[in-house]
Amino acid sequence: MSVSAEEIKGLQKKAWDIRRTIVETTFTCGGSHIGGSLSQTDVLVALYYKYLNVDPKRPDWEDRDRFILSKGHGGIGWASVLGDKGYFDKALLKDFNKTGSPFGMHLDALKVKGCDASTGSLGHGLAIATGLALGARLRNKSFRTYVMMGDGELCEGTVWEAAILACHHRLDNLTAFVDRNGLMIDGPTESITTLEPLDRKFQAFGWETLVIDGHDFAAIGNAIEKAWTIKGRPTVIICNTVKGRCVEMMENVPEWHYGGLNSDLRDKALACIDAHYTKLLG
Amino acid sequence: MAEGMTWTVTDGDKLTQAEIYGEVLSQLGDTYPDLIALTADLATSTKIGRFGKKYPERFINVGIAENSLFGMAAGLAMAGLRPVVSTFAVFTSLRSAEQVRTDICYQNLNVKIISTHAGISFGQAGSTHHCTEDLAVMRSFANMTVIAPADGFETGNALVAALEWPGPVYMRIGRGFEPPVYKDQNYPFAIGRAITMRDGRDVTLIGCGVGVLQAMRAAEVLQAQGLSARVLNMHTIKPIDREAVISAVKETRRIVTIEDHNVYGGLGTAVAEVIVESGKACAFRKLGVPDCFSIVGYPEDLYHHYGFDSDGIVATVGELMRLEIEEDEDWEDEV
Ligand SMILES: Cc1ncc(C[n+]2csc(CCOP(=O)(O)OP(=O)(O)O)c2C)c(N)n1
Ligand SMILES: [Mg+2]
Repeated sequence: MSVSAEEIKGLQKKAWDIRRTIVETTFTCGGSHIGGSLSQTDVLVALYYKYLNVDPKRPDWEDRDRFILSKGHGGIGWASVLGDKGYFDKALLKDFNKTGSPFGMHLDALKVKGCDASTGSLGHGLAIATGLALGARLRNKSFRTYVMMGDGELCEGTVWEAAILACHHRLDNLTAFVDRNGLMIDGPTESITTLEPLDRKFQAFGWETLVIDGHDFAAIGNAIEKAWTIKGRPTVIICNTVKGRCVEMMENVPEWHYGGLNSDLRDKALACIDAHYTKLLG
Repeated sequence: MAEGMTWTVTDGDKLTQAEIYGEVLSQLGDTYPDLIALTADLATSTKIGRFGKKYPERFINVGIAENSLFGMAAGLAMAGLRPVVSTFAVFTSLRSAEQVRTDICYQNLNVKIISTHAGISFGQAGSTHHCTEDLAVMRSFANMTVIAPADGFETGNALVAALEWPGPVYMRIGRGFEPPVYKDQNYPFAIGRAITMRDGRDVTLIGCGVGVLQAMRAAEVLQAQGLSARVLNMHTIKPIDREAVISAVKETRRIVTIEDHNVYGGLGTAVAEVIVESGKACAFRKLGVPDCFSIVGYPEDLYHHYGFDSDGIVATVGELMRLEIEEDEDWEDEV
């Protein structure tokens, strides 16, 4: 299949919209996990606008592909995509974080259509995804399960327990992404707990392991498609990304893990995003 | 307070509980050369990082790995150090409950745990980050002492006391930005001893954590209605101050508990146990989160929504005042 030049343009335009929504919603809601929401965006856009076999009109359709945002604090970025896809009225995002709203920082699967699992406590998603993928096989279902983890999240032991299990059960219907932006809250992953060599760790756990530029739609597409061809084992796609991607003042700055925006900062952030895509799309 | 263990904060009334905690901990570093601070990628959020800035060689950030955080704290204590550990309450008491119970409590190790973002004080984050179960869980661990300080000043006092208290201690604080109930740190604080914040005859409001502030506000409103409410700050949930509860039963015959926690298993349950075991009759209500996963929102809105702010307390007291309570001066005829 692979991604055509024209499709790439379309995905970039979507990513532009989504990044703008993240910034605007961060402004209205008072504060968000904006850094990681911006780093994960391109993978989410590739999945939701090209690859996932889902139908926003039937969020509970049993044969849909599943996506779990294991780094649940990226919920504002995920909701920005789900709203744009039409799972719910996008205008509802103005109530993000407000009292009684269905949207808190971490999405609640019982309240937000399209959210396949309630996440937010790190280190849970891969095991849930492993169960879903195994369940699909046991029920003769052909849907695929996708899960995205943060790189800091990989410190959790449960990630590696699930990694062993997914391999043991030969779950080739499971694709995991790592949003490898190099940062957790308190600083760089490598200065807090060394993760490298990350690819060799996943390989040693039996996973098909791909390392890509997580902001390059051609690379994202090729990796997702490559995973479909792998038999007998799960695939992990380690996506090298930039935390705060497209907003210069936030890029690679640990303090922008979580933050609020006043109207000046919002305008500055939007201008940055617009400049990035205007240059890219000509 | 042990010799030489003093602390100061400026503008303490403007600081959060966590900020005062981080500040006081960093001031105790020289008093306890064996103190070692640990966190799991929440140095900034829990404020334990202030200690780390001052004493980097006595600070360990394990990354996002809470189970190993508490396991390592146990090992460090076994090696003769004095670990102080901070992460969010939900991760301490639920994810790592077994490490806390088996590695720390079972071996009765000298580990002090200060957990932040307890209750529904991190309102907008949703239930993955709320913790309305920690008092119930921690209270059920043998050897564990459980404290929920009322404000920042009390957090400082409780930390100092905890460091001198033998064995494991669990302390929970909110994320809250509420005003303090104390004007400064200068009042007698002792683990296990409730503090009478104001005396009263008609009803006793027993609070912990942010519940104390709500109770104080309610007592003001009740006074204007001609009701005299006693307010007890039950900062220590375990061991609970039985005498203070029994006196409240005898002297006011009506008790309302207030906590930012599920109404099952926490302060209210602990107080109820004392009341029932006393054999004395008492009108009683527990206020807190009514056994549900909370809606999302600002903490003050949520406290109101679930009826454990001042309005909810006043309404509940009104209900209790309408109950027929047999006046009984002679307690001897009761079991
Ligand atoms: C079990 C658990 N521990 C701690 C946290 C608090 N927390 C939220 S986000 C975060 C850092 C996540 O870093 P990473 O996984 O790298 O995500 P990203 O950089 O993409 O934001 C932490 C520690 C949590 N949500 N869950
Ligand atoms: Mg990261």
